[in-house]
Amino acid sequence: MSLLRLEDVSKIFGGLIAVNDLSFTVEQGSIVGLIGPNGAGKTTVFNCITGNYTPETGDIFFDDQSIAGLRPHRIVSLGIARTFQSIRLFGRLPVLENALAGRHCRMKAGLIACMLHTAAQRREEKEAVARCMEELRFVGLAKHYAEPAGGLSYGNQRLLEIARALASDPRLLILDEPAGGMNEQETVALVETIQSIRNRGITVLLIEHDMRLVMKICEKLVVLEHGSMIVQGKPEDVQRNPDVIEAYLGADDMKW
Amino acid sequence: MKPFDIRQLLSAGLALLLLILPFICNAYWLDVCVSIGLYALLALSLNVILGQAGIFHMGHAAFFAVGAYTTAILNTSFQWPILWTMPLAGAAAAFFAMIVARPIIHLRGDYLLIVTIGIVEIVRIALLNDVGGLTGGSNGIFGISRPTIFGFRIAKGTQFYYLVWGMVGVSLLLFHSLWHSRFGRALNYIKEDDIAAEGCGIHVSHYKLIAFVLGAFWAGMAGTVYAAKMTTIAPESFNFLESVIIFAVVILSGGSHLGVLISAFLFIGLPELLREFSNARMLIFGFAMMAMMIWRPQGILPPRHRRYNTAVSLAKGTPPTVDFASTSKEETT
Repeated sequence: MSLLRLEDVSKIFGGLIAVNDLSFTVEQGSIVGLIGPNGAGKTTVFNCITGNYTPETGDIFFDDQSIAGLRPHRIVSLGIARTFQSIRLFGRLPVLENALAGRHCRMKAGLIACMLHTAAQRREEKEAVARCMEELRFVGLAKHYAEPAGGLSYGNQRLLEIARALASDPRLLILDEPAGGMNEQETVALVETIQSIRNRGITVLLIEHDMRLVMKICEKLVVLEHGSMIVQGKPEDVQRNPDVIEAYLGADDMKW
Repeated sequence: MKPFDIRQLLSAGLALLLLILPFICNAYWLDVCVSIGLYALLALSLNVILGQAGIFHMGHAAFFAVGAYTTAILNTSFQWPILWTMPLAGAAAAFFAMIVARPIIHLRGDYLLIVTIGIVEIVRIALLNDVGGLTGGSNGIFGISRPTIFGFRIAKGTQFYYLVWGMVGVSLLLFHSLWHSRFGRALNYIKEDDIAAEGCGIHVSHYKLIAFVLGAFWAGMAGTVYAAKMTTIAPESFNFLESVIIFAVVILSGGSHLGVLISAFLFIGLPELLREFSNARMLIFGFAMMAMMIWRPQGILPPRHRRYNTAVSLAKGTPPTVDFASTSKEETT
């Protein structure tokens, strides 16, 4: 059964059709890559899924529940977590608190409980900290937990965004160019991290320009151009597709 | 770990000073200290909105006024005992805040600032115009009785001093707990980057609204104390300048609770100290403010990072080199 299903989704900005009648599915437990040239509408698709945009037409189903038009925080609590293309961490806050931001929606303490620090609130807080430390360890940032997030290296900031997203117990993790700005070594580590995320049973949907990364880890690719899908399928099939080659302006330029 | 901590020393010193002040102050200075306490209470409540959530709200005097008038009306027209009116004054201010904040909560920065200034003016003018024949127009309401606690009547300066600063103490405890909880963090996330906060699963507009309502509730309760202390209230006590002073206290403080107290002392106490310089005092005060803005724009004491004892113990168990693949597999099973 598909975890995420887009049906004829369109998003229009003024006169520009950013996403045009797009339909695809993301299967439970898979790693799916959304690729395409710059300006193809990939991030717009992500923003529609995560609730930052409301699609003009069509519908988006997560676990057979329509989520198009829901507010972003609702979508996170349903189980879709994201990272941002341009890193959006809380730079002045410590690394641990950034991870705790993701945990927030799984915590229940209300205003009064927070003011009185009730036993339940303290227990919940402790569990949340422990859980977030676990996620930080998972991405390799546990020892930086007390440092301000803004002081981390670029690659580590991307990892922290992933940890923050994981802290919200997602069933679907959406990564917008996770390898952007990472060096070779960091990218290799990232591939392993993404694979272990999938091994935890979390479905991954990602946008990425690093074709070697995409080819290596994705089971399925969806190729966008000018907001429309040209092709979808297995990486090796997509690679050979003449439309895809043309969209990327010639096979010779491509770093497969 | 440093052997001593400057903030802890400051807090202890301030607490001690506050306890002995009534024994060393004359009636005039004690009255100033009661005023400082009231401003501290108002500033602490505004700090939740402005300092922690970063919402530019310059209309806090409006909520203060709603609280004070609720108390005055209930007390003079319906003979309610003062302290019984306190929760109701808070609730009235909170309810008012909810109604006015709801439609404007999505506004950003300076736009919101302008609307909140409008709210103060609307409230002041409504009070002047004797809405519903209840507020007494420009004369205000007089003859408000003194509060009594278990038959003990609070009328003297010293008694008010302890009432006000007792409330400040309780508020400090509650607001400190709030700051060190998911709620306080949520407000900080919103202040840092509200789009990222929403993207992480935080219901931004909800939290902003709750911050407003909570701050208003406290301002309303401060209004009760003010009405009881003055026994007479008039619309001019709740003008725009009051809002600006409370706002400035919070901005000057840097956002920490200790900072708010120190800032309230400086802001209300300093002009009184400089009173002998008569005309020049506001000038000196103005220069002091400018100097602050230039050399310490972050405020007197910005809040420190929260401490997480659980994390400290957990971090010690971190292996020196982290291997993504192996650790992840162990943890997931």
